[in-house]
Amino acid sequence: MTRTAARRPAPAAVAVRQVPAPPPAGDRRRRRLIDQARAYGFLLGGLVCFALFSWYPAIRAVVIAFQKYTPGSSPEWVGTANFTRVLHDPEFSAAWRNTLTFTLLALLIGFAIPFVLALVLNELRHAKAFFRVVVYLPVMIPPVVSALLWKWFYDPGAGLANESLRFLHLPTSNWSNGTDTALVSLVIVATWANMGGTVLIYLAALQSIPGELYEAAELDGANLLQRVRHVTVPQTRFVILMLMLLQIIATMQVFTEPFVITGGGPENATVTVLYLIYKYAFLYNDFGGACALSVMLLVLLGVFSAGYLRLTRSGEDV
Amino acid sequence: MSSATRTLVSPATLSRPRGKAVYWSVFTAVVLLFALAFLFPVYWMVTGAMKSPDEIARTPPTLIPERWHLSGYTDAWDLMQLPEHLWNTVVQAAGAWAFQLVFCTAAAYALSKLRPAFGKVILGGILATLMVPAQALVVPKYLTVADLPFLHTSLLNDPLGIWLPAVANAFNLYLLKRFFDQLPRDVLEAAEIDGAGRLRTLWSVVLPMSRPVLGVVSIFALVAVWQDFLWPLMVFSDTDRQPISVALVQLSQNIQLTVLIAAMVIASIPMVALFLVFQRHIIAGISAGSTKG
Repeated sequence: MTRTAARRPAPAAVAVRQVPAPPPAGDRRRRRLIDQARAYGFLLGGLVCFALFSWYPAIRAVVIAFQKYTPGSSPEWVGTANFTRVLHDPEFSAAWRNTLTFTLLALLIGFAIPFVLALVLNELRHAKAFFRVVVYLPVMIPPVVSALLWKWFYDPGAGLANESLRFLHLPTSNWSNGTDTALVSLVIVATWANMGGTVLIYLAALQSIPGELYEAAELDGANLLQRVRHVTVPQTRFVILMLMLLQIIATMQVFTEPFVITGGGPENATVTVLYLIYKYAFLYNDFGGACALSVMLLVLLGVFSAGYLRLTRSGEDV
Repeated sequence: MSSATRTLVSPATLSRPRGKAVYWSVFTAVVLLFALAFLFPVYWMVTGAMKSPDEIARTPPTLIPERWHLSGYTDAWDLMQLPEHLWNTVVQAAGAWAFQLVFCTAAAYALSKLRPAFGKVILGGILATLMVPAQALVVPKYLTVADLPFLHTSLLNDPLGIWLPAVANAFNLYLLKRFFDQLPRDVLEAAEIDGAGRLRTLWSVVLPMSRPVLGVVSIFALVAVWQDFLWPLMVFSDTDRQPISVALVQLSQNIQLTVLIAAMVIASIPMVALFLVFQRHIIAGISAGSTKG
């Protein structure tokens, strides 16, 4: 665990330093109690918020997953009925398939592109600030705006996407309106909107590689690709893995793009797990089912998050 | 650029004529790519809002508006009640920022310097929430906000429904605590010997020394609320109280395209402006966040 300040100087030493003459034992105990009360006074606001909005909902998700829950009336225990109902929903398998495909595609497209881009940017010696600002610009545009913007681009009539294809004399596509292209279209939006962060972080990692390594590799006769493979990648392995896990965790919770651009359609082609949770809660009023789904998502994401935390923790100790 | 660290390609290769030619063609290609991929969509949005309704539906489209109409922007401002929604967003973001700064800073200070009993357990509980991705818990969180335990009041349609949950931000709290951990102990003790209480020490010694981390936390807090969509969508069913992100989606169904696009541009301006003003700090902050490896 993290080293708290708890053990560092012996509390008695501080007390002695504060009060010139050593006080009687009863006084010291009272003083310690006051110190504790003060410490908890500082902690209180944060603690209450964590308890109410993080710890309590996490426990409640698990409890409600086994209940028939309607706001206003008292909940009933229903055993695993919520889970079986959710599992038999045809949308369930669609949502998981879409979410996993989305995550995989986002790794292939949304991870390879920023990676290569950062590699190239790191070689450029001019207009460095310009590139960094421009690549991060989409990240600062509200996600709802980028989703609406791309919805307009994907418009089959006068949308920019098809206009560009026509301009290049290429066949047009249905983009987000076609069952087999909708998911890829959303991955493109998510990549465009989010890759700035990945590029900047990877760029920072590239700059920490000692130059001598490249020199030594070049003296050994390694060509450009070999230098990438044997110097760059091993040297940034930790950051690559970390960014990858972070991206998996983020993309498994995708909601805004399908909600705004496709509404989950066409024919459930873009319903994601989080979207389904939203539907269960706010369309079907089935909070038990929504919590059962949340628990499943939590377990899966928990595995990735634990991996991420272990990784960052071990990185800090170096 | 002379003494810059050596990268993948050696300076010797670059100084050869062939190396120079390759460098400048790659450079031009990247500039073009960036302009096309990142700047052109933004240009298309800003100018699209200035086209007339017929012009925007025309194929092939016009690259530059034939006539520059500002009516898209003024209509958006009036018809979509943008001032109201922008104000709601500002109130929500500013409140979340203030609550986070006060409560997270106080809690981080207590955990770092005041040695509360069970401090380690509490910190562990806070860090554990990092493992539970926020979005996966929105439904039970919504039920909690709709009917707070013990108090039995609802924070729905109330900015407090954004402000208070924003405090439960383990990432920012941990960032603050780690920074406080590094502050030299003797400075704080000196303040104590001078007779400053805990609050006084926090206010006049710790906080002035923590400007960089407070800046980072402030930007994270503001951006997070401004960009959020799912949580405010759940909390604010009342149209008059919705932030701009929710209002845009709700109104996008039945509004003229040019007006909607103008509203999108207006909604983007505050964060993009914040970014352009603080770009150095923001980019440095992101880059510094993960060079640990």
